[in-house]
Amino acid sequence: MSQSIADKAIEAVKAGLLEVQDYVRLSGQTARAVFSRPFYLHDLIEQIDVIGLGSLTVVLLTGFFTGAVLALQSGMTLDQFGARPYVGRLISASMIKELGPVLTALMLAGRVGSGIAAELGSMVVTEQVSALRALGTDPVRKLVVPRVLAGFIMCPILTVIANAVGLLGGWIIAVSQLRVASSVYWQSVVDGLYPQDLWMGLIKPFFLGFVIVTIGCHVGLRTRGGTQGVGRATTSAVVAASVTVLAVNFFVTRLLMSVLF
Amino acid sequence: MRRSSLAEFGLPIELVEPHAPVVLFDKVCLAFDDKVILRNVTFDVRAGHTKIFLGASGAGKSTILKLMLGLLKPDSGTIWVLGHRVDTMDEQQLMGVRHHMGMVFQEGALFDSFSVGENVGYKLYEETTLPLDEVRSRVEEVLGFVGLGEHIDKQPSELSGGQRRRVAIARAMAAKPGLLLYDEPTTGLDPITSLTIDAEIVKLRDIESVTSVLVTHQLRDAFYIATHAAERHAGGDIEISPAVQSKIEQADFVMLRDAEIMFEGSAEELRRSQDSYLRAFLS
Repeated sequence: MSQSIADKAIEAVKAGLLEVQDYVRLSGQTARAVFSRPFYLHDLIEQIDVIGLGSLTVVLLTGFFTGAVLALQSGMTLDQFGARPYVGRLISASMIKELGPVLTALMLAGRVGSGIAAELGSMVVTEQVSALRALGTDPVRKLVVPRVLAGFIMCPILTVIANAVGLLGGWIIAVSQLRVASSVYWQSVVDGLYPQDLWMGLIKPFFLGFVIVTIGCHVGLRTRGGTQGVGRATTSAVVAASVTVLAVNFFVTRLLMSVLF
Repeated sequence: MRRSSLAEFGLPIELVEPHAPVVLFDKVCLAFDDKVILRNVTFDVRAGHTKIFLGASGAGKSTILKLMLGLLKPDSGTIWVLGHRVDTMDEQQLMGVRHHMGMVFQEGALFDSFSVGENVGYKLYEETTLPLDEVRSRVEEVLGFVGLGEHIDKQPSELSGGQRRRVAIARAMAAKPGLLLYDEPTTGLDPITSLTIDAEIVKLRDIESVTSVLVTHQLRDAFYIATHAAERHAGGDIEISPAVQSKIEQADFVMLRDAEIMFEGSAEELRRSQDSYLRAFLS
C-alpha cells in the first residue's frame, strides 16, 4: 500500500517535471522564433485586437469597481484616525503597485488564457495543427508567437488603463460619498506615488502577460482526448495561469524591491 | 513564411534522382510505451505510382503517413522521402520536404476560422512569394478541379462532409505537390460521395502526375482507385474509365497486421490470395 502511494507520488513528480520541461522548451522556442523569420505580422495584429481590445470591457469594469470599493472601505477606516483626505494616497499605492497588475492579470487569465487553450486545443484534436505542419508552417511561429507577443504588449497597457479607471472610481466615491474635495483627492494620489512604484506597476505586467499566454498555449497544444480534453485543457489553463500569476507576482515584486528600492 | 526556393531551407533543389523511389521505408520500427505500432516495416513507392495501405483500425496505417511527413519520428530504421532522409531531419529542414508534399487528413482538418478559398490557398498565401492575384487564380482553378468553384467564399461549416473532403484535397494539391498522402479520405461518407472523392484521387494522379499514398479500410474505394484511370480529352473534359493492365500494375496494395506488413502486391494478387486473414478482410 505504502509502496503504491510512493510510486504514485514519484509518477506525479515525474509528470510535473515533464510538464515544466515542456513549458520551458515551448517558451525557449517562442523566444527564438520572435527574433527570427518568418514572422506573421497580420496574426500579431489580430491577436492584439482579440487579447487587447477584446479584454478592455472586463478590465475597465474590474478597475473601476476595485478603485470604488477601495475608497469606500478605506474611507471608513481612515475616518477613525481623522485621515479621510488621505484616501487618494491609499488607493493610488494599492492600485498601481498591486491590485491593478494582479487583478488585470487574473481577468486576462480567465478570459484570454482559457480562450487560447480552448482554441489551440480544438485545433489539436481536429488535426488542424498537424495540417499546419503538413502545409509547411511552424505552429509555434504561426500560433504561439503572435499570441505571446500580443499578451506581452497588451497586459501592461490594460494594466495602465485599469489603474487609471480605478483611480477614477475612487475619485467618484471620494467626492460623492466621502465628501473629499476633488483637488485634495488628486493631490493625495500624486503624493502617494513614488517613481519606484510606477516602475513596479509597469514592469510586472510584462511578466504576467507572458506567463498567462504561454501557459494557455502550452496547455492548448498538449490537449488530448477530443472535446472532453478541450474542456479539461481550458480549466487547467485558467487554474494554472491564475496560480502562476500570484506566484510570479510575489517573486517579481521581491526582485523589483531589491533592485528599485 | 515567404521563401522562393528550397535552397533557403538548406536543401538542394533536386530532391529525387530519376527512377529512385519517391518514398522508402527501411526496417522502420515504432512503439508508443509498450504498444508496438510498426515492426521492421520496409516498402517503397515509385514516382507516379499508387500505394494503398489496408488494415484493421489501429494497425498503424495513419502512423505511416505521419512518419512520411515527419510528424512522428521512428524508434529505429530509416525513412527516405523525395530523396531525403526525413527521420533525422529537424523541423526546419522538414518544412522544405513538406513543401513538395500534400496531405489529406481523415476528417479534412480544414481551418474552421478561414473560408474555403483561404483554406485552399493557405500554403500559397502564407508560405510562397506568389502575387495575390495568381494565388486567387490557382485557388479558383483547383476548386474548379474538384467541382467546388462556387463555394470559394463559404465557411467549412457550411459544407457537407464530402465537400469538406474535396476542399481538403484541393488544399493539398494547390501548391502542386509531387506526393500526396490520403488518410482515410472516404471514411464516414456515403458510397456515392465516396465515389466522387475516389474520382478526384484518380484525376490528380493521372492528370496532375501526383504520386499517391492512400490509407483506407474501404476496399471498394481502394480497388476503384487501383483499377481506374483518368484521361483529359481534347475539349478539356476529363473521363474516368477502367485502366489498362500496365496502369493497374502501378498500384500496389499493402496489408498491415500486428504491426507488420503481411501482404504486398497488386490488386489481382490481393484478390487471388488464399490467406485466411486476407480472405476474411476482402469478404
